[in-house]
Amino acid sequence: MSKISIDQLSQIQQKVEKEQALRQGQTGTGAHRMHLLICGGTGCQAAGSIAVYEALKAEIDKQGLSGEVAVIETGCNGFCALGPVMVTYPEGIFYVNLEEKDIPEVVESHCKNGEPVERLFYKDPSSKKFIPHMKEIPFFALQELIALKNRSLLDAESIDEYIGRGGYQAMAKALKEMSPEDIVAEVKKSGLRGRGGAGFPTGLKWEFCQKSPGEIKYVLCNADEGDPGAFMDRSILEADPHAVVEGMVIAAKAIGSHHGYVYCRAEYPLAVNRLQLAIDHAKEYGLLGENIMGTGFDFELNIYQGAGAFVCGEETALMRSIEGKRGMPRPRPPFPAVAGLWNRPTILNNVETWANIPQIIEKGGDWYAGIGTEDSKGTKVFALTGHVNNIGLVEVPMGTPLRTIVYDIGGGIPKKHRKFKAVQLGGPSGGCIPEDKIDTPCEYAAIMEAGAIMGSGGMIVMDDSTCMVDMARFFMDFVQEESCGKCTPCREGTRRMLQILEKICAGEGEPGDIETLEELSATIQEASLCGLGQTGPNPVLSTLRYFRDEYEAHVHDKTCPARSCVALLKFQVDEDKCKKCGMCFKNCPVDAIDWKKKEVAKINLDKCIKCKTCIENCKFDAIF
Amino acid sequence: MSLAYDLTPQEMPEDVTPEMVERIDEICAAYRGKPGALIPVLQKCQEVVGYLPVPVQEHIAKALGVPGHEVYGVTTFYSFFSMEPRGRHVVRVCMGTACYVRGGKEALDRLERHLNTPVDTTTEDRRFTLEQVRCLGACGVAPVVVVNQDTHRKVMADAVVDLVEQYD
Ligand SMILES: Cc1cc2nc3c(=O)[nH]c(=O)nc-3n(C[C@H](O)[C@H](O)[C@H](O)COP(=O)(O)O)c2cc1C
Ligand code: SF4
Ligand code: SF4
Ligand code: SF4
Ligand code: FES
Ligand code: FES
Repeated sequence: MSKISIDQLSQIQQKVEKEQALRQGQTGTGAHRMHLLICGGTGCQAAGSIAVYEALKAEIDKQGLSGEVAVIETGCNGFCALGPVMVTYPEGIFYVNLEEKDIPEVVESHCKNGEPVERLFYKDPSSKKFIPHMKEIPFFALQELIALKNRSLLDAESIDEYIGRGGYQAMAKALKEMSPEDIVAEVKKSGLRGRGGAGFPTGLKWEFCQKSPGEIKYVLCNADEGDPGAFMDRSILEADPHAVVEGMVIAAKAIGSHHGYVYCRAEYPLAVNRLQLAIDHAKEYGLLGENIMGTGFDFELNIYQGAGAFVCGEETALMRSIEGKRGMPRPRPPFPAVAGLWNRPTILNNVETWANIPQIIEKGGDWYAGIGTEDSKGTKVFALTGHVNNIGLVEVPMGTPLRTIVYDIGGGIPKKHRKFKAVQLGGPSGGCIPEDKIDTPCEYAAIMEAGAIMGSGGMIVMDDSTCMVDMARFFMDFVQEESCGKCTPCREGTRRMLQILEKICAGEGEPGDIETLEELSATIQEASLCGLGQTGPNPVLSTLRYFRDEYEAHVHDKTCPARSCVALLKFQVDEDKCKKCGMCFKNCPVDAIDWKKKEVAKINLDKCIKCKTCIENCKFDAIF
Repeated sequence: MSLAYDLTPQEMPEDVTPEMVERIDEICAAYRGKPGALIPVLQKCQEVVGYLPVPVQEHIAKALGVPGHEVYGVTTFYSFFSMEPRGRHVVRVCMGTACYVRGGKEALDRLERHLNTPVDTTTEDRRFTLEQVRCLGACGVAPVVVVNQDTHRKVMADAVVDLVEQYD
């Protein structure tokens, strides 16, 4: 490879576009008549997608189709729970749960004879019907993709594939035709707010830094993704790493920076590898480094691997960490836009934020601002998980009601005998939205009003088997463990709160505990230095707001209404409620249950290991 | 982890071979004087030795020319670094929110019971180290258990024992 000019970039694009046209349903323009795009994201790899990919290539060869059928490994497709997944073009047929042994049949029947294999299609959980085409599956049909625009459409390890999708054209435009002021103005016009959690207007942040005096400035990408239950950043880096690189170069031009870092957690090896490949390829093409595409602009980009501390996602701590120190937050001001990494003016944005930038530059800020709501522009990616049928990544216009996401896209609660209880949004800084607020539109202000935050986009659906006190305890355990210890209220206060919550869950709650939790929350929120302490008590406060009766049941009646807290369960069968179905008996791992047909089950407490398997399997809530 | 580690000079533990020390010296030499070098150096050295006992940290401090307490401060701050030797197989159970609500906690309980070792410890025969991690970003296939480099998905409590028994 050699360095390319802006003209050559367009030539590559035109060439690759022809090959890729098949994936838009157009035939006859590329070298292959069929493309098989198999997911190689982390979720699918865990389900064995690499072996399926190898088998597919071997089988295509064996059946003499390698000249006609191309096999391409993509990043996360979004519908991870059904992995390994594959999309075939030009038809757009979606295969799920593929196994090596299915491959000969798929190749023979579908690739050779044009007869797709129905038993491997997606089956709608409610209608039990097969839906062959990806675009007809509700999970995909209701999404609108910007940050995930290239998902499952390209080989994440090929720069040409990215260029074929129009990649690096926005950067070329920014470097050649736009002044730094133009770039900032466009981003401001888009109304884009940071997707890492706080929702700070991105254009404004850039403007501060642009106006900060200094010869040396830095552009950083926050790929720490500390929020448990969130995986959109990982997925973007694995599926479309060049989008992040491109976004960062555009910002570099806007603020006059020549050096950047991506701070990525070490737990994300595949993301780090793909990003490194992207950086190497961009350098080879002269899209990074010195004199980018002959425009005279220089920008170096490096990856910095985090070492496992949640607080390092906080911006000042992240900068400390890159400097090689303990990643502890520091007070602001001075703001990073004035004095950040190595005390130089610095901007930090989240992975998803970066992935939006190229399209804003290409299509204009007005286009972006036309999507979403007045308060929240554009789209947001959510990691939809928990007790919901369709688990995966969901990108929707801001303002989409939670109900649409949970029920229409997510397909609702999987267990028929369970009821929807709440969605948890915003991770350890966030809160729960209960059933009667399920029509809340997903935009910053409305979600805040409902008692949660947008956060980075982790969305955990919980059915009525989830104990809200235990959830609060779970998040407090997280916050307590991740507190850097610099401020006493955060360090000691969260520990005290955790102790109280543990006590309540253990059935040892006392009158006054709930009030103490509230007092401690107020102090910690007020007297903490960084966002971790300031928001740490939120899950407790939000569960108290909506599920106070559950706390009270734990403290005063010593019961856990969700039948979740082991210490408060008796592991006895309610003879009136038992329908004698035997499900508990069949699933107990230690044979601790006596049951015969037409008889009430009985639990042998000497043998029982209190694993709750029977409680999960009893459809009649008969075990308490 | 207790802060009461002895910081007076100690001998290298037996499992740190001269070849390993040589590798450590090479790594330090390559990074010496570079800003922000300490964390990548510690990451690489932990790869070589498997963990970071205090004498290794002291060695690194000297080789990089930074104060020992700074190295120690960083090692203890980040959960990626371990000062204890690990087992032959490291079993990491995800305790992120998605995994927790879908049964990760039950899987962890079952493993603690089966391996007869609490989380964050190593079995006496050094076969397994049991750890919990905060979200591996594979939440779509929760609950997730990682053994060494292999990610296993949808690992419910019933299956987790058989899963680890495949590793000897
Ligand atoms: C304790 C704490 C942890 C955070 N973790 C992350 C993270 O993992 N990823 C992220 O992008 N932002 C995280 N943030 C927010 C960042 O500090 C910062 O606001 C953000 O990266 C800015 O980018 P944005 O404007 O594009 O959102 C965290 C903040 C706090 C207080
Ligand atoms: S609020 Fe907590 S995490 Fe943040 S600086 Fe203070 S002690 Fe550290
Ligand atoms: S709690 Fe577990 S061990 Fe006890 S009876 Fe139920 S299934 Fe069996
Ligand atoms: S699963 Fe429930 S209803 Fe069925 S036998 Fe057991 S206790 Fe009775
Ligand atoms: S990893 Fe394959 S769909 Fe997400
Ligand atoms: S919560 Fe376990 S992988 Fe994300």
